[in-house]
Amino acid sequence: MPDSTAIDLECINISKTFSDVLAVDDVSFDIPSGSFFSILGPSGCGKTTLIRMIAGFEQPDSGEIRIKGASVLNTAPNKRNVKMVFQHLALFPMMNVYENIAYGLRCRGVAKQEIDERVNNVLDRIALPDVGEREIHQLSGGQKQRIAVARCMVLDPDVLLLDEPLGALDLKLREAMKIELKLLQHQFDTTFIYITHDQSEALVMSDQVAIMNQGRFEQVGTPQELYHNPQSAFVAGFVGDSNSWSGTAVESAGEVLKVKTDDGLELLAMPNDARSTDRSQKVSIFIRPEFIQVERTRDESENTQPGQNRLTGIVDSLLFNGANSRALVRSPTDQLIEADIVLTGGFEDLKPGEDVQLIWSCEQTMCFSA
Amino acid sequence: MQKDIKRLSLILLFAPFALWITLLILLPHIGMVVLSLREKVAPRVYEYGFANYIEFFNEPIYWNTLIRTGSMSLLVTVLALIIGFPIAYYIAKIAGPRMRGALFLLCLIPLWVSDLIRAFGWILLLRETGVISSFLQWLGILSGPIEMLYNDVTVIIGLVYTVILFMIVPLASTLDGMDNSMIEAGYNLGGRGSTVLRRIIIPYAMPGIASGCIIVFMLTAGSYLTPILLGGKNSSWFTEQIYDQFITRYNWESGAAFGMLLLAFTSIVVWLGLKLTGQTLANTVTKT
Repeated sequence: MPDSTAIDLECINISKTFSDVLAVDDVSFDIPSGSFFSILGPSGCGKTTLIRMIAGFEQPDSGEIRIKGASVLNTAPNKRNVKMVFQHLALFPMMNVYENIAYGLRCRGVAKQEIDERVNNVLDRIALPDVGEREIHQLSGGQKQRIAVARCMVLDPDVLLLDEPLGALDLKLREAMKIELKLLQHQFDTTFIYITHDQSEALVMSDQVAIMNQGRFEQVGTPQELYHNPQSAFVAGFVGDSNSWSGTAVESAGEVLKVKTDDGLELLAMPNDARSTDRSQKVSIFIRPEFIQVERTRDESENTQPGQNRLTGIVDSLLFNGANSRALVRSPTDQLIEADIVLTGGFEDLKPGEDVQLIWSCEQTMCFSA
Repeated sequence: MQKDIKRLSLILLFAPFALWITLLILLPHIGMVVLSLREKVAPRVYEYGFANYIEFFNEPIYWNTLIRTGSMSLLVTVLALIIGFPIAYYIAKIAGPRMRGALFLLCLIPLWVSDLIRAFGWILLLRETGVISSFLQWLGILSGPIEMLYNDVTVIIGLVYTVILFMIVPLASTLDGMDNSMIEAGYNLGGRGSTVLRRIIIPYAMPGIASGCIIVFMLTAGSYLTPILLGGKNSSWFTEQIYDQFITRYNWESGAAFGMLLLAFTSIVVWLGLKLTGQTLANTVTKT
């Protein structure tokens, strides 16, 4: 287990403006030693600027960056012990694999003998022992990825930054590399900071994820916390799939809030933030597809339990994907609602055009003041 | 039918190129080779042999001129590279996208004026009664007029000025194709500025460097106007020898031989350069 007291990287009130555009807005966080930390956000949210400031390619307008407790603001990029895996990897095409990995060691003036040992050692650890003499263009996408990580790890960095390195790979390879990166991180036991716009990459690999939007951190937490307990509408909408409505709070009864959506539905929800309980407050509500239970409308009796939402709709189409199959159901207000269904549990013969009931409890309905 | 049209269009597309190659490049050179192997033994009596070539090697002034032309061209190439590289780097990597076009245009502007006029510009500046000489006298630094024309330094300055664009363009286009993150990775992994330049930027730009050097060297070695106008009679440029043989001495046979020798000489230098830098001609052409 990583020692929770040792902090590898601390960012305190970092801000950065590019010609009137606030790219990073007062961001603070710290990352314990040996953890896998992801920054997840849509493109243009400032995550790349943030990581480039940590690497030293940009200077923050204000704030403080500390690596292992020491400020690095006045340290040149080539003197910081923070290494970076670039988006397109930036392996040097005019050098072979061995020279690519040895480059950093040569810059440090390490003795020839030791360079040889360390390069071979790191190649063993990434399970590519015999590729030293190969040229970069002879490697497969996944191999390049591992060489790019090895090229940094051979220098024993305090923090490894990864700038969407999986973006250029095809889907299948990306899935495999996710697991591999996580294993590599365990093996090297180094702090990884991973930035991505792909939520599944962030959720699968990370110990902690920061959700970034418009230059600010919306929420920092474990993947589970972000998924089940989002603190803002942006996080709820961005992490995981969800059906969303915007509406107005009409009345609150205890914990439960009754919301009238803009298209006329009345739904029960549990407020996730305090302000949304106010009467006639504009709210956004979210419900994840897996919490919606689909029932065929055999019994018309309205046996809705208290705190349950129930909608009648028509199956519009079925999205078969094995265990993750989904139905698109057209609500009475003509909105398409996504609901997970188990196509092997009595729904094999569900067809588009059929009437179904959608049922979900208000506890699983997330509600935020808009 | 479809196939015939395809073939016809291919032939039509290639026709100008083929005509140009055969009529203006191949035929004249074959003619030159034939001419250079002819030897005048009496009026209107010719024999075939290597006498024109042998004469070249027997007369030190001829091959000395060729060697001098070659070495000065190499110097011009090196100077153009040293001056052109930072400019190309600035255009490709530091200037913004709008600035880039303007800078390229600035490099191109001198080309709108003919070689002759550009050389004349230098003459106006450098001659005894020229701008610089008069200005220095006016300042009181010089007591009398000074002649800055007709020496090797002036010839080299003029040549570098004439050819540098042909160095900048291929260099800038190669450097432009280089991912900025490659340079950043060089720094990130602990390299100093000099290390990044030596181990990453220059090796990456090598195809552009090679093609720029080839173009510049060929242009310089084959240039006529600039060395004659700025170097005067004692510039001893090899093209001047060729001109003399053809026009002044009306000795076409020997002129043709000199022409072929210049071609062979520059080709050997280029080949050696490519070998030494580990580049291939195909590589330098495709990467720039």
